[in-house]
Amino acid sequence: MSVSARAVTLLVAFLAVVAGAFFIVIHYLLGGPPTVDYTSSASGGQVNVTMQTDASSNPQAVADHPTWVSYFIKSPQTGAWLHTTLFTVPAHTRVNVTILGYDGSTPIRNQVWGHVTGTIGDVAYYGGKPVQVVNGWNGPYLIQHTFAIPALGVSVPVEAGPGTCLTGPCTNKAHSTTTFSFMSPSAGTYRWQCFIPCGLSFLYGNGGPMSTIGYMSGNMQVVG
Amino acid sequence: MAIEIQPEKAQEPGGRGPGRPRAAGPWWMRPGVHTGIIGGAVGYLIGHWLGDFLASGYSQVQNNGQNDMALVLGYALGVVGWLAGLGVFNDLLRQMAGRPVRTAEEEAAEDGGVARYFRYTLDHKVVGIQYLVGMIGYFLAGGLFAMAIRTELLSPSHHVFSAQIYLMLVGEHGTMMIMMMSSIILGPFGNYFVPLMIGSKRVAFPRIEALSFWLTPAAFIILLSGVMFTGFPTGWTGYAPLSVQAGYGQDSYAVAFGLMGISLILAGFNIIVTVICHRAPGMRWSRLPIFVWAMFTTALLMVLAAPVLVGGMYMLITDRTVQTAFFTDDLGGSSYLWQNLFWFFGHPEVYILALPGFGIVLEIIPVFCRKPLFGYRIAAAGMVGVTLLSFFVWQHHLFMSGINPDMRPLYMLTTELISIPTGFIFLVAMGTFWKAKIRFTVPMLFALAFFFNFLIGGITGVFLSDVPADVTEHGTFFSMAHFHYTIMGGLIFAFMAGIYYWLPKMTGIKLNERLGKIHFWTMFIFFNSTFMPLFAVGLLGQPRRVFEYARNVHALNDWVSISAFCLGGSILIFLINFVWSTVFWREREAGNPWRSRSLEWQVPSPPPAHNFEHVPVVLSGPYEYGAKDAQPMADLHPPVGVVSAAYAGAGLEA
Amino acid sequence: MAADAAPSPAATGAAEPRHGLRIFLIWLVASAIADPLLWFVLGPHMPPGAMTDAAASQQVDLNVMAVMSAPVTIFVIIYFIYALVVWRHREGDDEDGPAIHGNARISALWIGGTAVIVLSLFVYGTVRLISPPGAGGGEGNTPVWRPAGAPAAAALAAQTSAWQPGSVLQVQVIAQQWWFTYRYPQLGGFETTHLMLPVGQEIQFNVTSLDVIHSFWAYQLGVKADANPQLNNVAYVKTEHTGSVVVRCSELCGLWHGAMFDYGKVMPLAQFQAWAASTRTQLVALTTELPPYALTYDANAVKQLGKAFHQAGLFGAGGGYYGPQYPVSP
Repeated sequence: MSVSARAVTLLVAFLAVVAGAFFIVIHYLLGGPPTVDYTSSASGGQVNVTMQTDASSNPQAVADHPTWVSYFIKSPQTGAWLHTTLFTVPAHTRVNVTILGYDGSTPIRNQVWGHVTGTIGDVAYYGGKPVQVVNGWNGPYLIQHTFAIPALGVSVPVEAGPGTCLTGPCTNKAHSTTTFSFMSPSAGTYRWQCFIPCGLSFLYGNGGPMSTIGYMSGNMQVVG
Repeated sequence: MAIEIQPEKAQEPGGRGPGRPRAAGPWWMRPGVHTGIIGGAVGYLIGHWLGDFLASGYSQVQNNGQNDMALVLGYALGVVGWLAGLGVFNDLLRQMAGRPVRTAEEEAAEDGGVARYFRYTLDHKVVGIQYLVGMIGYFLAGGLFAMAIRTELLSPSHHVFSAQIYLMLVGEHGTMMIMMMSSIILGPFGNYFVPLMIGSKRVAFPRIEALSFWLTPAAFIILLSGVMFTGFPTGWTGYAPLSVQAGYGQDSYAVAFGLMGISLILAGFNIIVTVICHRAPGMRWSRLPIFVWAMFTTALLMVLAAPVLVGGMYMLITDRTVQTAFFTDDLGGSSYLWQNLFWFFGHPEVYILALPGFGIVLEIIPVFCRKPLFGYRIAAAGMVGVTLLSFFVWQHHLFMSGINPDMRPLYMLTTELISIPTGFIFLVAMGTFWKAKIRFTVPMLFALAFFFNFLIGGITGVFLSDVPADVTEHGTFFSMAHFHYTIMGGLIFAFMAGIYYWLPKMTGIKLNERLGKIHFWTMFIFFNSTFMPLFAVGLLGQPRRVFEYARNVHALNDWVSISAFCLGGSILIFLINFVWSTVFWREREAGNPWRSRSLEWQVPSPPPAHNFEHVPVVLSGPYEYGAKDAQPMADLHPPVGVVSAAYAGAGLEA
Repeated sequence: MAADAAPSPAATGAAEPRHGLRIFLIWLVASAIADPLLWFVLGPHMPPGAMTDAAASQQVDLNVMAVMSAPVTIFVIIYFIYALVVWRHREGDDEDGPAIHGNARISALWIGGTAVIVLSLFVYGTVRLISPPGAGGGEGNTPVWRPAGAPAAAALAAQTSAWQPGSVLQVQVIAQQWWFTYRYPQLGGFETTHLMLPVGQEIQFNVTSLDVIHSFWAYQLGVKADANPQLNNVAYVKTEHTGSVVVRCSELCGLWHGAMFDYGKVMPLAQFQAWAASTRTQLVALTTELPPYALTYDANAVKQLGKAFHQAGLFGAGGGYYGPQYPVSP
């Protein structure tokens, strides 16, 4: 081969590798669910965060995993339900969380997570009624998921809905309503997750949606 | 047995005559990478369809929306299709049909030049070059993942990648580096130089050798495809039951690692039989070059350890697809089973990565010290000792696991004992340096750096073997720094020494020495400034594989990250040197530039198709530098009849 | 192996300097400087500190290893540097070096020396492993090295009677994806997310997991024990100083492994007892809901799953994997 042929071959191979690496970085490494920004909707030292839980994210959400349970977060700007678990709140603000439950009940693995902690007054409200300790498998309340921010000690069991909604996001069915409030800390990234093993048919239930950001695990970004 | 190499005629099973030679078609009609890709794609689709057909009715598949069976079968049949497309099975089928197989002569006549390197070939020298280029590619890919890991660790709490992407990076980096790099020296240099060094015209099983290489691109692609499924969360150790719980990416890990295990077994078999059966007359075990000893012991480890890995991966795959429960505690399995299987392979694997390095540096230092190897037998004994002992140390990875503690002192003892044969290597090197005439060529610099790095790696290994100290060190950046010192600092530095030393032999082209020295010094300095602080980071409490860490190690982590980027830059210098020297400058180096006595340097560069015109007769050892009355190592043109007489004298038919 | 030419100065003529002696002297001086520095200056700051007997023992061990290995490292490095400087190739010298094929005496000395170092380290390490018991590492469900007064393996599950200061305090560490919880069977059986310990007491950690393998690493306590599902992994320490403790998961356990850490405290006895009493009262409603204290917990606890499923008439994931056809599932 002549020098120019070698140079051209090399250049083509090099560009192909760079393009491949670039694609992998942009598409697989940096891609991810969107972030819902609540900072601009804060007023009076309070911010209202609204979420819902669905038995499956099918069909409106991304088609990757139509059978997985998932959280959805309501965008304060547009009012649309976004398939994500990433949200941003301002620092040192009272965060009022409302979780609409559209999923059926799932028993709790470790009863410790049936205890409401880390919220203001160590209490959560199921349809307005205060609860502190919920027995997930023996009534009077059934629970479906938990909302926990371990670094803040926040752990709240979420009441099960009256039925399971197999489309997500769900808007036209009966649901349970769980509300609670906590104070956001100083700036930083805080992970949150569910502690009820709801990854159906994954060993110990903690695979799949439980281990995937955008479904049952996410980050709360606190900005100063 | 006919060590005297090529039979007169092609092998003709079934008693048929040779027939006329097959007509060679145009290049695109003959099997090669392009037909392999087509075969792979077809095989994948068939496998995936079959998996869907078999398992889509499983309640598990319906519930979690994930059909592991389809993916695994797709991978498996994809590999079969890839190999079929490459023409791996052609000779097998011809033999079964009683027709003549393709000979090396026919093959050499078909393709000249570059096209050979894209085919399934019988020439061990072509396979060596294929391995060399492949391994450099895999190494660079694994290195890019390391760069991404260090990018994430620039800040203790601000994240570039999400937690699951970080685990993917860690898993891909670790698995790629450990599993692909297992044959980074045995693949290119072992396959290329073992026949040349022992005076053989060929390897024992050229088809198996070529197969061992062509499995590696398949394993690489399968492992890399894990990226599409956000990777696997287990790191390279794949601990069950987390690996049973994980998503699709874990299948790519299990299949790729299993395939690579098969590749190691095949490569090992070929080297063992070649060394035992294909030595030239006079090439006694006591004259075997030390690099061949290293390849021989490495191959033994591969053949004995890798089957356990393949078995473990197979069990993991069945756990994930058909729900056997080998590793699930509540169903009668045991998570310790995985840990034992994995580390029974995993610890010999560590020496699969270390022994080739010993071989290369001990091969190189006598040449540049201009002195015989000090204590040749001690060096060989050290390698054999490491090989034997390495099968008795694996439970030191389980010191904190809660497995029965009675055996802890024993494993502490065996682990510490293995530093004695490793110490032999240092003794031999230091003895060789005594009153030497040391020439600071680029390969020698890398060999010297090997001893410094491996010294640090070995000494910290003793820290880890001590159970009380291990309580603090286990699973932290301390152990991570330790094995990077032995693998990156040992294996990769030795690999670089090998490239600078042997590339003139393999291609007839030498690498630029000035760039080589720049490459060496940047790599040595930034390697140490990357991994030395990690010992402190580990002792200060940072576990491995975390994307968040304590603020008190922030500064150290930043230092390490920046050093790591510079280390990446140094590898880039190597790449530029490699590409520029071989593609554009092409400075010829035909003779014996290092004035080595060893047999591979006595033939032209690059070596002719059958290595030696005649089977050489070996007259003395390879390291007789400075001995006034030393004979040349071999007679390359022995008088007619000498070789057959030698075999007749040994009771062998020529 | 025959000594073709002994590398002793006498063999190579009077003009040759005594290389061996020089190297030995440089090594002696360097080691004499390095070892005291390691022991007296770095030593007291060596992780993981001295909050417990296990941590202190690990600190001493690390220091002993450092002091033992420094001279070896220094010797090899000094030898190489000396060789590279003194025996480098001079311009115009095309002679080969002396044909020394080996030296039995030197080899025997080296092999004997490394063997002695290695074997003494083994003996030392074994002694340190036995005392303090297990050196803070997890000993599995049948611990062989136990402190005085610790219950034998067979009696572990029954350790629920009220704790008396001075006896071994049982603390159960329950790992799950991705948080540690701590249960105090002798203090009313409550379970909390905080690790609190009294100072000056023998502690027995019973480490288990509800799902995959984790590793309980209490850095300042010098404790590391893998948390395995269906297995109780026991580790012992005696607390000796008060202070705060970082707990991290040290075995890759999935998505939030890197964020699986919390903080604990070793506090004076009276303060600990007050904390225990108030926490017990606070958590009484929760404690009644907890399953009875056991050394391991079954992730597919059938009774609980079944009740929930039947009462609600709903489906849920339940953490199962092997599906409804698996015989012990509802």
